[in-house]
Amino acid sequence: MNIIVCIKQVPETTEVKINPETNTLIREGVKSIINPFDMYAIEEAIRLKEKYGGNTIVITMGPPQAEEALREALAMGIDEAILITDRSFAGSDTWATSFTLSNAIKKIGDFDLILCGKQASDGDTAQVGPGISAHLDIPQVTYVKKIREINKNSACVERMTEEGFELISVSLPCLFTVVKEINEPRLPSLRGLMRAKQAKILRWSAKDLGLDENKIGLKGSPTQVIKIFTPPQRPKGTIFHGETKEVVEKLVEALKKEIT
Amino acid sequence: MPIKIIIEKCTGCSLCIKACPFDAIRILDKKAVIDLNKCNLCGACVSSCKFKAILLEKPVTDYQIPITDYHGIWVFAEQKKSMIQPVVWELLGKARQLAEKLNTEVSAVLLGYKVKEKAKELIFYGADKVYLVEDERLANFLDEPYTEILIRLIRKYKPEIFLCGATSIGRALVSRIAVKLYAGLTADCTGLDIDLEKRLLLQTRPAFGGNIMATIVTPFHRPQMATVRHKVFMPLEKETTRTGQIIEEKPESAILVSRTSILEIVEEVSSMVNLSEADIIVSGGRGLGAKENFKIIEDLAKVLNAAVGASRAAVDAGWMPYSHQVGQTGKTVAPKIYFACGISGQIQHLVGMQSSKIIVAINKDPEAPIFKVANYGIVGDLFEIIPALTKRFKEILQR
Repeated sequence: MNIIVCIKQVPETTEVKINPETNTLIREGVKSIINPFDMYAIEEAIRLKEKYGGNTIVITMGPPQAEEALREALAMGIDEAILITDRSFAGSDTWATSFTLSNAIKKIGDFDLILCGKQASDGDTAQVGPGISAHLDIPQVTYVKKIREINKNSACVERMTEEGFELISVSLPCLFTVVKEINEPRLPSLRGLMRAKQAKILRWSAKDLGLDENKIGLKGSPTQVIKIFTPPQRPKGTIFHGETKEVVEKLVEALKKEIT
Repeated sequence: MPIKIIIEKCTGCSLCIKACPFDAIRILDKKAVIDLNKCNLCGACVSSCKFKAILLEKPVTDYQIPITDYHGIWVFAEQKKSMIQPVVWELLGKARQLAEKLNTEVSAVLLGYKVKEKAKELIFYGADKVYLVEDERLANFLDEPYTEILIRLIRKYKPEIFLCGATSIGRALVSRIAVKLYAGLTADCTGLDIDLEKRLLLQTRPAFGGNIMATIVTPFHRPQMATVRHKVFMPLEKETTRTGQIIEEKPESAILVSRTSILEIVEEVSSMVNLSEADIIVSGGRGLGAKENFKIIEDLAKVLNAAVGASRAAVDAGWMPYSHQVGQTGKTVAPKIYFACGISGQIQHLVGMQSSKIIVAINKDPEAPIFKVANYGIVGDLFEIIPALTKRFKEILQR
């Protein structure tokens, strides 16, 4: 089974702090990590390979420093990594991003399964995974929480819904976006770390992929950000002090008109 | 690159550094320098610069479609088991407002099986027209046939705006449609308005877990598509006297083919109320100490007709199933009232609930970060406070 995992490098949210004066993000010195949801996609790919054999490739579109994220995936046990990087990709929205990634996948050519995290923790759109499968015209199953059975031709998976889950049968090749429930990502082994350090990472540019410049980056993106602003700060809250009976009464009084 | 600093105008005041959400600007020799590897061309710095020293040329795409051919606002009427999802009523309410500004009409599009009765409901809640596609194979959502049918309808009727709930179905569906139509799509909007002059949909959404907001437009592509969060917009009052047109569309059999099929639908949410639809959520965290102690959370939730949420710590400890997790790796919620009980308020939790209208925090640690976002807080023992609250609400609400 040949599997491609698409990942994104994102800022580590635990370290993102807000400047209380300007109410803006302080990103200086913030560490970059693999999008937490993509860790489950990486882990699932490695588990499937361990069980069924085959090859695993991790790809990302991003600036040169996104190479660190690829090395981390290699350290966990992914076989190969490709960095899709070009200044002309800057400003890509989800359409242009999924277009670029799907073209990289076409260039790789041979795959049975594509795995993505359900969404990235910085943009939260959940649009790139389904976007890739649409560009490639392959079936998709989003929010996969368990792969029950899989072979070269078909799979049976659990898709998480608001109410529970659906058991879905799907033909391969296809794309899954996965949720946290699917597995527990491993830590890289010492051997994996050594291997990742020395591994050669392929780099593909817009030219390497033969992409139409009208369909990539800011130019190829149907959506444009016209304004970025900080949300209004929450009003300063009231803390109730005193005996249980007293504070409960005060809180109930404060909430009464909202509840009744 | 389409962004540059006009050196002569730059005073090195560093306002742009504060404005940049991507930490891509530095001051070198008293002039701003943009790190193009980090820059996302969002333009936040351009509007922050008082000296007009930053130039962002939006490249003009060769892509041209006759956008004036596109009219009207469509709402995807998501149904499950033939029940219209509540977010649809909210979308119809908002679509009406937008349609008034644009002087156009609101249509709902309903795919399902034996759902004709529901089409009338959509009219009662604000639709002028309902496009109805019925087939046994459309009873439950399937990515491919739903996508193909909607693509054909959009090509045929050319709506300028297409709205859909940011549900698990909605997100999967419209991403696929937008790619195939080369349409613009904005996820998870919390604000929608119209730029009348340009006749554009202004789509505002939170990013970085709600720490910044972005307003997004789709200038040259149609339709302008957006998924919209629950509980942001108000539905209209149901008016059974409202009239409208129901247009039945028959899909060709070939596009009903799907490479996925549903073998079984399993419902397993242990509380009565769906988290993302709930008006009130009572959440518990590490402070509860044990699985059985969630009983007090469930009791309060029951009295308030609320959904039960949990922090990651409580889910990881196995006290609550993952489907109840609120936060970065769980669900994003924005109810009218959010009770955080024994939850310290790590950033990963806050990003999942800080858009709630009212936040109530109950925690024994007065320094807990949750109090910084809380409208009301009680510092104390939750095992005393929560049962007392439950009792008091029970009396007031007579439940």
